[in-house]
Amino acid sequence: MGDSRRQSPTPPAFLSRLLGGRTTTIIEHLPSAPAFWRSPVRGVRFTAVLGLVLLVGITVLFVTGLLSYAAYNPDLNPVNDKTPDKGLLGFYLFAWPTGPHWLYRLTQGVHVTLGIVLVPVLLAKLWSVVPRLFALPPARSLGHALERISLLLLVGGALFEFVTGLLNIQLEYLFPGSFYPLHFYGAWVFFAAFLAHAGLRAPQAVRVLRSGGLSGKVPDDPLESPAPAPPTLSRRGALAMVGAGSLVLLITSAGRSFDGPLRRLAALTPHGAAEPGSGPNGFQINKTAAAVGVTSADTGEGWWLTVSGPAGDLRFTREQLLAMDQYSAALPIACVEGWSTSDQWWRGVRLRDLAALAGYPDDVPGVLVESVQRSGPFRRAALRDNQVRDPRSLLALQVNGEDLTPDHGYPARIIVPAAPGVLNTKWVSRLTFGEL
Amino acid sequence: MNRVNPGAVVRRWYGEGPLHLLLMAASFALAGYAGVRLLAGDTWGVIVWFVGAALVHDLVLVPLYAGADRLLCRAAGRRPDLVNFVRVPVLLSGLLLLVWFPLITRQAERYEPASGLSPDVFLGNWLLITAALFSVSAVWLVVRTVRLRRTETKERPSASH
Repeated sequence: MGDSRRQSPTPPAFLSRLLGGRTTTIIEHLPSAPAFWRSPVRGVRFTAVLGLVLLVGITVLFVTGLLSYAAYNPDLNPVNDKTPDKGLLGFYLFAWPTGPHWLYRLTQGVHVTLGIVLVPVLLAKLWSVVPRLFALPPARSLGHALERISLLLLVGGALFEFVTGLLNIQLEYLFPGSFYPLHFYGAWVFFAAFLAHAGLRAPQAVRVLRSGGLSGKVPDDPLESPAPAPPTLSRRGALAMVGAGSLVLLITSAGRSFDGPLRRLAALTPHGAAEPGSGPNGFQINKTAAAVGVTSADTGEGWWLTVSGPAGDLRFTREQLLAMDQYSAALPIACVEGWSTSDQWWRGVRLRDLAALAGYPDDVPGVLVESVQRSGPFRRAALRDNQVRDPRSLLALQVNGEDLTPDHGYPARIIVPAAPGVLNTKWVSRLTFGEL
Repeated sequence: MNRVNPGAVVRRWYGEGPLHLLLMAASFALAGYAGVRLLAGDTWGVIVWFVGAALVHDLVLVPLYAGADRLLCRAAGRRPDLVNFVRVPVLLSGLLLLVWFPLITRQAERYEPASGLSPDVFLGNWLLITAALFSVSAVWLVVRTVRLRRTETKERPSASH
């Protein structure tokens, strides 16, 4: 250790030699010095534009996220509820409607696609204010200290929400726990900080932009570099670059909410680029039968459906179900991961007809649906009475004119209008009608 | 007769206005209510992710791309007008990689068995999109150079008069 000290100069000596002995210049070369940050693009006007885009965008993300949470009907039954200790955060929950039948497809498509598209806006916004992170002194007052702690929740929360969301749709579950509670509670922590930040800064952003365009000077602009480098890009150009980033992400992802050529255009997104098969059953699959361990031993000749209610436990083979009155409904599959299919033409037995057989001829109750699937979340799911009552809610046996394939839930699956994909249980083995 | 202005008291001891204090209190109360639920599972894991996300962004990602940008500007030397023809396609391609790296690098091992879809397409698609972005940039540069030359040759004779 002594040897190495002798060989190399001590750090202060090294630094002072590098800086020509002027230690004061060290301070000027640290990120805490305003002159360290030299981009002429930075300035409150640039930040204000990005901030207002995020104000609208993140509000839409939050609202569509809350809607998705409500769409699971978590207050209906514990099997639907991945956040049983939500407390008052579920204050707004309501019976998720069954119409329009594309409702969840729309809200969740917007939630995920908008989240993807806002990534460059978020990154640009954080870049535009990064000098403030290193500003000294760390806190001027108690209020300033609190605001900086709140900003940690804001920045950490935004990145936490975007990263967990983006990883979840790529089925890369690296995050520390189940996605549902992390993304839901994380959203509330983030939104709490977001509200405070918007309340403090949005009026300022509006004022700054009203007082002139993007390029004008603002007196005492805390974000503008005091020693800007020669410009290689105007503020307008930088915003165009951010917009181009959003546009490229939009083009390569929005198509996953549609079948056909649009899906092929979604070249980089999960469930984009291609269909898993061709023909009537060729549309997108959330979980294949093989992935969840459902085999022909579970769904073959020995399979039957149990329908239980006040009339007792009734058993039906697939042939018996096919012999009942068959109804059709054109409904999409819309996944929480943001992809969806166009309307597929499902055919099978109406849930309300099965409720009548179970002993509820008039007043249709909810139903607990169980799958032959042995493990995994949502192998059991509860549907509310309004969902059972809808004439388009089916225990589907066929799709697009053919029998279901194993990957789409053969021998029988649930399909309910406007419900999240995971509530459309596949490989159904039991329906229990009654109070949930 | 020394009347105390509560707003001024708050400003003196707190450093900001009373509205600031109320907003902060409401925000922390709500964040706390949700936060104890967020931390109920893997407490340290969540803290590391929450704080780590901010730190990794501010201390790794930003210096990384800002440093790359500075290198690019230095490489362009006396032709700073050419910087954006490289900067924009690199940024767009890098952004796509940042967002979709689990699929592009085939880290997302659950994807193929679950969806019945091959993840092999994503690397190729990303490379093709990157190629397309650079091609657009190159065409743009060529068009711009040709136009500049034309205006130069048009202006030269008139300028010599």
